[in-house]
Amino acid sequence: MRAPETADLLFIVMAARWTVLLSLVAFLGGGLGGALIALARTSKRKWVRLVATGYIKVFQGTPLLMQLFLAFFVPGLFGWSVEPWAAAAIGLSLNASAFLGEIWRGALEDVPSGQWEASTSLGLRYVPTMALVIAPQAVKIAIPPTIGFLVELVKGTSLTSIIGFVELTRAAQIVNNATFRAFTIFAVTALVYYAICRPLSAYGRRLEQKLRVGTR
Amino acid sequence: MSYEFDFTDVFAAWPELLQALVDTLILSASAMVLGLAVSILGALGRTSGPRWLRWIITEYIELIRNTPLLIQIFVVFFGLPALGLKLSSNVAALLALVVNVAAYGIEIIRAGIESIHKGQIEAGKALGLRPLQIFRLIVLKPAIQAVYPSLTSLFIMLLLNTSVCSVIAANELTAVASNIQSRSFRSFEIYFVVTLLYLCLSTFFWIVFAGVERAFLSKPAR
Repeated sequence: MRAPETADLLFIVMAARWTVLLSLVAFLGGGLGGALIALARTSKRKWVRLVATGYIKVFQGTPLLMQLFLAFFVPGLFGWSVEPWAAAAIGLSLNASAFLGEIWRGALEDVPSGQWEASTSLGLRYVPTMALVIAPQAVKIAIPPTIGFLVELVKGTSLTSIIGFVELTRAAQIVNNATFRAFTIFAVTALVYYAICRPLSAYGRRLEQKLRVGTR
Repeated sequence: MSYEFDFTDVFAAWPELLQALVDTLILSASAMVLGLAVSILGALGRTSGPRWLRWIITEYIELIRNTPLLIQIFVVFFGLPALGLKLSSNVAALLALVVNVAAYGIEIIRAGIESIHKGQIEAGKALGLRPLQIFRLIVLKPAIQAVYPSLTSLFIMLLLNTSVCSVIAANELTAVASNIQSRSFRSFEIYFVVTLLYLCLSTFFWIVFAGVERAFLSKPAR
């Protein structure tokens, strides 16, 4: 047992880069998956909508921790071993797909249906209508809640410490095991998360207010 | 796929899993009740308290909402003993969950309070309603209607979040799953079954909450 030194605290702060990197990877993966889910949820075919709804229900109805455990153990069934970082990235991406899909579905549906009718009367098919008319308008509506979810995602990365990925939380545990100055260590760790998340939350809220004023 | 599924160890442990399911429900329900009590006090302080109190409550909300629950659990369980407050893992889990859920609850209750306009109460008086009728029909019912959907999603979020309390070995489902896993090495089987149990729990509450809303809280047809 020893007192935590500046080097220990620096080790924790530096581990935040893995938290940020994992958040970005999961946001990219979740963004791709979420776009598919949002399109599927607004599809004209019933079975496509049902599959997407089921996906969302399963991922919003089970703990993220369980999803990460399964992302870690399911590849083993096929004889593949995955590194904790890969399981973390896959688990978080699948989870983010469900939440972003639901957020973006709402944004797509918020675009007035007259826009669809106008595009059809101009002779546009589904893909150009979606890509050139509906999606650009939906993006504006979707940005504030998407940033809000990004905060949830950053916080969610802390659970990947439980499957052994060394990010901010795991680094704090490692230092804590060597020094036993738990309060200081976890308070510093909390502040690092706060420093990442608070500006994001504030930015998301500001955009939301701006949007509300804009549409009034 | 050459893997052979073997659920015998998992199903043999069903009394343990059932008890853990009940423990998860007890932990969620107690955290929700206590969290709501704190939220109501917090919302009152946030809307009508002195300026310094409003500031403290706002900063508390920001601090909790912008840090992970896992770190909050570590601060309570490992950090507080350093300050002379030693808690058992169950009490620490409950405390961390209450502190966490209240940060979301305060904002929801505040929105409920603010959804009632003073003019509504005055209109009730003008119609000759008695004070109790005004409270029941004009204040309480619309306020509950306004916050009910958010409070039910908050409860389901809380229910799923209790799984994080397994890291300090509190009595709940995920901790028991980890125990079974470490003695049977049937990792996939146990976590698959427990994930299904969580899905059943959240689906059950989704259905019940939606039913309650339809039966008691639906707005009158115009």
